[in-house]
Amino acid sequence: MERSTVLIAVLAALVAALGLVPKFTLAFGVPITAQSLGIMMCGTVLGAKRGGAAAFLFIVLTLAGLPLLAGGRGGLGLLSGPSVGFIIGFPLAAFVTGWVMERVQTNVLTSSFIASFMGGVVALYIPGVIGMALILDKSLMAAFGLVSAFVIGDLVKVVICGFVTQAIYRAQPEKVLSRS
Amino acid sequence: MALYLAQGWSFARFGARMLWPLWPFVAIIALYHGVTNDIETGGEIILRMLIAVALANLVTMTTTLNDMIDVLMRLLRPLNWFGVSTKPVAITIALFIRFIPTLIDRSITMLAALRARSAGKSGWRIIVPLTLSVLNDAEHVANALRARGGVGTKDKG
Repeated sequence: MERSTVLIAVLAALVAALGLVPKFTLAFGVPITAQSLGIMMCGTVLGAKRGGAAAFLFIVLTLAGLPLLAGGRGGLGLLSGPSVGFIIGFPLAAFVTGWVMERVQTNVLTSSFIASFMGGVVALYIPGVIGMALILDKSLMAAFGLVSAFVIGDLVKVVICGFVTQAIYRAQPEKVLSRS
Repeated sequence: MALYLAQGWSFARFGARMLWPLWPFVAIIALYHGVTNDIETGGEIILRMLIAVALANLVTMTTTLNDMIDVLMRLLRPLNWFGVSTKPVAITIALFIRFIPTLIDRSITMLAALRARSAGKSGWRIIVPLTLSVLNDAEHVANALRARGGVGTKDKG
């Protein structure tokens, strides 16, 4: 119990730290932060329930006013802004990533690829695009067009997440809770 | 607008800066509706979005984090009636807030160490050591918590 509590708190803090570390710009000019990578890692490392809880904790405290979101954003205003769906999608994304991770029992690298894609891209963009379409009064396709540039960045993060999870698993297998 | 100005000029200016991240959306909507000759609907969407965000920001700017957490814990209180303890939630929130500055410091140190030793600029490499160090910390903190009586639930894990 203590272990889960602390792990949830600490991984949520890791997501926050990853959002505040300077941005890395890809070769083709799409700026990406490591924040959604953190969300994927919550899932691949902690599993569905704990990973989802960590992402949920992060979101609740961000909405309560901590400026933790990449770019120093935070506060209730996020709920009425165009990225509301992505905010709500964070815990869902972590949960789905963990859920898939626990069920696809191939080697860690492949499972992490599949899991972080299903969670960090599919499960994140569905509420994200719906939210954006509602706030901006656009069709779903138009809203998807707006965010499609970021999909590339997130696919890169899926790959990184896979390798990072594998590296952690190799170094300390008992720390990857989705596998124990 | 008047609500913001009522708190003084610098407060209103800070409020305006909080709306700044929305400008790409405003630009895109303006462009889209400019092209389709439907400026009225476009203006309506932009205005509605700005007002909603500004009002919510006003709540955030006039409420301290402690008050927010108090409200949160009060909302969770009904869980106690069903025998679910909210104490772990409070501990988790406290730990989370305490760990953020620690982790930011550590990632900055690691980035500096990486820059000093390698020609490449990719900051992604610190993520593995950072995560491992964090998971190790979690282990220590969990043991410390357990030694001091745990988080106050019957569930042993």
